[in-house]
Amino acid sequence: MIHAHDIRVRVTAIEEVAPRTKRFRLQAVDSSHLPQFAGGAHITVALGDDDGALRNPYTLSGSPQDRVGYEITVLRAADSRGGSAFLHEQVVLGQEVSISAPINLFPINALGRRHVLLAGGIGITPFMPITEQLIDLSQKFELHYAMRSDGAAPYETLLRSRLGHRLHVYRSDLRERINLESLLEGQPLGTHLYVCGPERLIDGAINAGKALGWPGENIHFERFAGPPPGDPFEVRLAKSSKAIAVGQHQTLLEALERAGVEPPSLCRGGACGQCEIPVIKADGELLHYDHFLSEEARSSGRSIMTCVSRFKGRELVLDF
Amino acid sequence: MPTIPPSLYKSRPVYPGLSWIAGARRHLITADGEGALAVLELLNSADQETRNRAILLYTPGGSKQLGHGAKLAPLLPGACHEFPSIETLLFRLNVELTRANMSTRLYATGTEGFMGQVIALAQGHGVNPLSVKTEHRGSLARRVQCVHCKGFMDGVTTSIVACSHCGISLFVRDHYSRRLGAFQGVIVNAEVAEEIPAAEELYP
Amino acid sequence: MSLTFRDETFRDDFTFRNSPAAIRRFPFPFDRDQYMYSVNMEPHSKGPAGSATEFPIDIDEHYVSEMRERALVLQQDPLRCQSLPHMITAEWDLVELLMTSMADSYPHWFSLSRNGNDWHWINRPLGIDQKFTFGNVATLPYPPMEYITRQCQGDFSLLDQRDDNIWMDAGIATTQADWSLDFDIGMNFMEWHAPVPFAHQMGVFERALKYLLNLQIDKPVRRLNWTMTINPRLDTSPEQYPHWGKDRTQVTAENVGDKVYLRVELQGLWRLPRSNAIVFSIRGYLASLSELATSPKWARRLSRVLKSLPDEIAEYKGLSRHRALSIAWLSQFEDDSPTSPGCGPD
Repeated sequence: MIHAHDIRVRVTAIEEVAPRTKRFRLQAVDSSHLPQFAGGAHITVALGDDDGALRNPYTLSGSPQDRVGYEITVLRAADSRGGSAFLHEQVVLGQEVSISAPINLFPINALGRRHVLLAGGIGITPFMPITEQLIDLSQKFELHYAMRSDGAAPYETLLRSRLGHRLHVYRSDLRERINLESLLEGQPLGTHLYVCGPERLIDGAINAGKALGWPGENIHFERFAGPPPGDPFEVRLAKSSKAIAVGQHQTLLEALERAGVEPPSLCRGGACGQCEIPVIKADGELLHYDHFLSEEARSSGRSIMTCVSRFKGRELVLDF
Repeated sequence: MPTIPPSLYKSRPVYPGLSWIAGARRHLITADGEGALAVLELLNSADQETRNRAILLYTPGGSKQLGHGAKLAPLLPGACHEFPSIETLLFRLNVELTRANMSTRLYATGTEGFMGQVIALAQGHGVNPLSVKTEHRGSLARRVQCVHCKGFMDGVTTSIVACSHCGISLFVRDHYSRRLGAFQGVIVNAEVAEEIPAAEELYP
Repeated sequence: MSLTFRDETFRDDFTFRNSPAAIRRFPFPFDRDQYMYSVNMEPHSKGPAGSATEFPIDIDEHYVSEMRERALVLQQDPLRCQSLPHMITAEWDLVELLMTSMADSYPHWFSLSRNGNDWHWINRPLGIDQKFTFGNVATLPYPPMEYITRQCQGDFSLLDQRDDNIWMDAGIATTQADWSLDFDIGMNFMEWHAPVPFAHQMGVFERALKYLLNLQIDKPVRRLNWTMTINPRLDTSPEQYPHWGKDRTQVTAENVGDKVYLRVELQGLWRLPRSNAIVFSIRGYLASLSELATSPKWARRLSRVLKSLPDEIAEYKGLSRHRALSIAWLSQFEDDSPTSPGCGPD
């Protein structure tokens, strides 16, 4: 399905909510209401000097009740390929950008009888609307929030007043660590776990769940690692007979979109599988950075996830 | 032993077989009739620590005279509970599920109708049906719901059966509802009353 | 708009008829002279003025009578409308989708005013004036899904998305072509399509499911499906099959033109914003062979499609007993001339 960036919005507020972390408020240029969203949803934002050269997904961190504006909370990534740096350094109040309608790949499981939320640092963003929603729905939940130090991550104060005893904060500067096994061990039947944060937190939660015999169906996570930059390469499209150059800081997906061939995509984080395109010929090495393809599928070289993966070699031909 | 043939129809559940779930703190095993034999194999493959974490709820059903329960009891001292019927077993299962946590995993083996009812009950406790380990043993008999009067019948072995509630002759469709734990029975002679095909013994 | 709502029945004396204008706008589903199975999903975008797809939700001359028929079915069998408890958010999403769409498209019939969660809904054709609090079930006379679907043509189901599948966990079905909501509720996409022949082997449902899992807000899609029904009977549920099954034996060479109806389902799918569920609408249209034959192109094409239909599909759709009679009757319009491109009438 095509990722239309058909909503024009204006940046109406920028606020530093934690070190290297800014919140941006986006309102429709024509002042209309924005589409309703639910907790866990993200939008993609077209960024870059050359409008739309980069398209990054950002989780909506504001209130689902707010139909006037969306909020995204962005950490200035140290190894940014340009998206977060652009937002932090180039975007000013009043500027217009294009966004997609909300997409939700990290929703609350409606059958859950209890929800354990686990956030690390900037991974708190989806849980801002999710906690609001769970309170509205009178659902049982608890939020565990790991951060480097007091004030190092956003919204702790707000969450304290919103959640009270349901919030548990862990500061690594005080050597506080989440004991994942004891956290998961006593949870009653019907509990669902949601994790958003660094890879090691997600992997730790998955492993703790496994060690306790939790069903995989009850563990949900969102990895927000951006696509890595890499050497430029060229790709040839067999069906549309086009040759396209992929720049150093650009993803293969973005390059295809720029060329106007409307490739499929959804999560832009190598997780959902929607952007998979069959490979006809790869004279060189496919650099798979996704979490979707199995080991076997990777080594077969039959397809590539265009949103994160790259190519190094002489010739890449895709069936598209 | 009759086995369930792979179905062309995708609403048929598949029963991949019992195997221990690593890590689970408690293994809640349910079985009826010949399912006892699957449980025996499972227990025989386990170390003592795993067995210590297991509890079995068993109802002999049609296998009563075979005395499977007596073979199981010594393997699970104090944790093997036998019930006179599926209903009484489900009553106890409901209690166990109320006290269970996420490290408790559920196993069901025996007839299809029995497994369907166990899974439906567990679903009401927030258990994802995909997470239940299952293995079919014993009769292929189906639990059938009459789509017209909504009455249930257990142990249906024929392709066509008269509804025990409303009397309509039902064709047993290969269409299964996990929520109801039953196959769908639809009137066979609605168009021409005299056209009732002969019932075939398809699910012995 | 000068449309008047017809006073007609879909049972017993079957007084249902289409006006000439309704026949012209009938969503005839065949774009070629041969049967082809396809998922044929396309964006649910605005169609030509007056067509069945001019608006997202189509209200036509049968509206008031269809709603009366729905009330009759629900009175006999309340299991036709069910919702599992976790679907309440999706129910409210559906209220918003239908009310806003109906009020936007047909402001002379429906109006919705909203002040925060205080909503005021007016349905003039049905004489309803309702103030309620969005999100508070105690302020409506029925549960939210039932409330609004008693006022909207078509069957609806609400599909929860989880475990990489979609699950039919709520719905209302009073005008269905031989499927049981009561039996199918709680099933996933593969399970409720289980009885459809061929398509599983063709991988059709795997592709359709992947497409639907990624359905996006404000980007609804639609497709057409069809079958044939004897008499203009909306309720051809399996529950009622003992009652309508014998209709199929009553088709004769004399009455086939007026007794056999082409039944087209305009199926729409929308992503719902709060629940992340999908609404699946199944809006049925009926036209008798005689009504369709007012456009000879349709008569010729339908007869050619019916001839090329595989027997298994005919059996699945319940056409076996009257297919030959239908083809024979339609053959009076067959002059071996080609049909014009597209689905529309002559």
